[in-house]
Amino acid sequence: MATIFNDTQMTEFKRLVARYPEGKQKSALLPALHLAQDSFGGWLSTEALDYVASLLQIEPIEVYEVATFYSMYNLKPVGKFVFEVCQTGPCMISGSDNIIDYIKKTLDIKPGETTKDGLFTLKLVECLGACGYAPMMQVGKIYKEHLTKEKVDSIIAEYRAQASNN
Amino acid sequence: MGVKLLLDKANVPGIRTYEVYRREGGYRAVEKALKEMTTDAIVEEVKKSGLRGRGGAGFPTGMKWSFIAKPEGVPRHLVCNADESEPGTFKDRYLMEFLPHLLIEGLIISSFALGSNDTYIYIRGEYAWIPDILEEAIEEAKAAGWLGKNILGTGFDCNIHVQRGGGAYICGEETALIESLEGKRGNPRIKPPFPAIQGLWMRPTVVNNVETLAAVVPIINMGGEEYAKIGVGKSTGTKLISACGNINKPGVYEIDMTITVEEFIYSDEYCGGIKDGKKLKACIPGGSSVPILPANLLLTTAKGEPRYMNYESLSDGGFATGSMLGSGGFIVLDEDQCIVKNTYTLARFYRHESCGQCSPCREGTGWMEKILQKIETGKGEMSDIDLLWDIQRKIEGNTICPLGDAASWPVAAAIRHFRDEFEWHVKNPELAQTSNFGLQHYADPIHVPA
Repeated sequence: MATIFNDTQMTEFKRLVARYPEGKQKSALLPALHLAQDSFGGWLSTEALDYVASLLQIEPIEVYEVATFYSMYNLKPVGKFVFEVCQTGPCMISGSDNIIDYIKKTLDIKPGETTKDGLFTLKLVECLGACGYAPMMQVGKIYKEHLTKEKVDSIIAEYRAQASNN
Repeated sequence: MGVKLLLDKANVPGIRTYEVYRREGGYRAVEKALKEMTTDAIVEEVKKSGLRGRGGAGFPTGMKWSFIAKPEGVPRHLVCNADESEPGTFKDRYLMEFLPHLLIEGLIISSFALGSNDTYIYIRGEYAWIPDILEEAIEEAKAAGWLGKNILGTGFDCNIHVQRGGGAYICGEETALIESLEGKRGNPRIKPPFPAIQGLWMRPTVVNNVETLAAVVPIINMGGEEYAKIGVGKSTGTKLISACGNINKPGVYEIDMTITVEEFIYSDEYCGGIKDGKKLKACIPGGSSVPILPANLLLTTAKGEPRYMNYESLSDGGFATGSMLGSGGFIVLDEDQCIVKNTYTLARFYRHESCGQCSPCREGTGWMEKILQKIETGKGEMSDIDLLWDIQRKIEGNTICPLGDAASWPVAAAIRHFRDEFEWHVKNPELAQTSNFGLQHYADPIHVPA
């Protein structure tokens, strides 16, 4: 995958930069990294980080230190669908351990791993602000809440179907 | 039914759209503020209302506004803190998702009062679908003339921009948020200078929580004095409480801060009681960093008086026997929950979220996590409990930002009130893997000497 924005992505990048005053384009770094991650297969390679640095006219190190600080940027390849399951207090007392165990067993992967078919990655994360709707996980832009084993099954089936239709 | 000022229209179909929001009386406060009031009068009204920051710290909003420096020719900024990351807290998400125009309206008035022509909403990156909702609302407001150039012919220009974070609890701390908004790691700044003097791009900046800014709308509509009549003492107006854990009705509730904790937990209007008919063991009433309280001290103060859902009552007794209202993240634990395990997950959270700048927090949060994991997995020793106490005490107050305190308090409170449960884990390492300490005396209100 070429690490260069297409026209649509470049238009969005310019919209992000335009939010900030002249000379403060570095402020667009976090949103630009999200855009790059979404555009380049769900993770940020060194090439992608360098590309963002060149677009924002900042040093690559300024991008690396940000990309490694925040938890949402994937610095290694991930599966097509990333299950980010919350494990913090409120989710834990609502049964997240059982959900995590069930996903591990069903997908036969450990946290941080990707299924052999490249479809699913399991990531354990800290509080996502859905405590009242626990247990929960984030998949892409979406929150999947009130998780049960049955619901996990149907979510996996839904994404498998989505992947085979593409 | 208590008074509702923020969520009163939350159930009106289509309230998310400009058309319905306006029809229901929306943007009246902007009209009033921009056409009939001076910027000083708006600040004065917010001061009179007694509104306190709803993000957790509870600092008086009007006073915070009055600190903003106004050097000639230097732009000023209002930044809306939508980084909501304190475990147990999900109220701002609700406001932004279902009542985006209420926030936009509050932002316009507050931007006018502070002289911010470019206002930023910094929203936690994980709330990835909400920027679309907010940006749509901003476009609608702009099309209707409430944003953009020369709003209502006053000569005031204002644009609101939404920026997503990258996943970091620390960015809820206002100077870390500013760093992040400048495209950097979320390392909190040493204060002074305070943001009101040198904030975003070293310009005078006010950072306020989502709920705080939304509350400006009813304050302008009804007047600060009327707003201050709701509630009790220094807990004026209404507060959003996000309730979660082992209760029948988790969700976001607006309360007027005059109800008791008991009513909030057991009445059908709010939490609807403990799930599956179980007993209440403990509660973290204001987001994960505030002290956990056993049932007896939660429902009544150490003096034996009923405890109320407000700033003063929840902190009655200090940390010895009280807690804090904090962000309003209300986490309820039933009789089957293990305090050691709960504390361990919170310690892990704070270790994960420490920015690493200050040694006591960077090292200490990791030590606390490891020791708690050791106790939780049946490998603990009695001396570990005292070691935990010692570490938390050495983190608290010794860091640039309050994350160190936030990491220490849950550990301190758990040991303070549930030391017997920690000891039971150490003494019964195998049993603790398959069963829980349970309720013991916590759920039966007992007299605790002052």
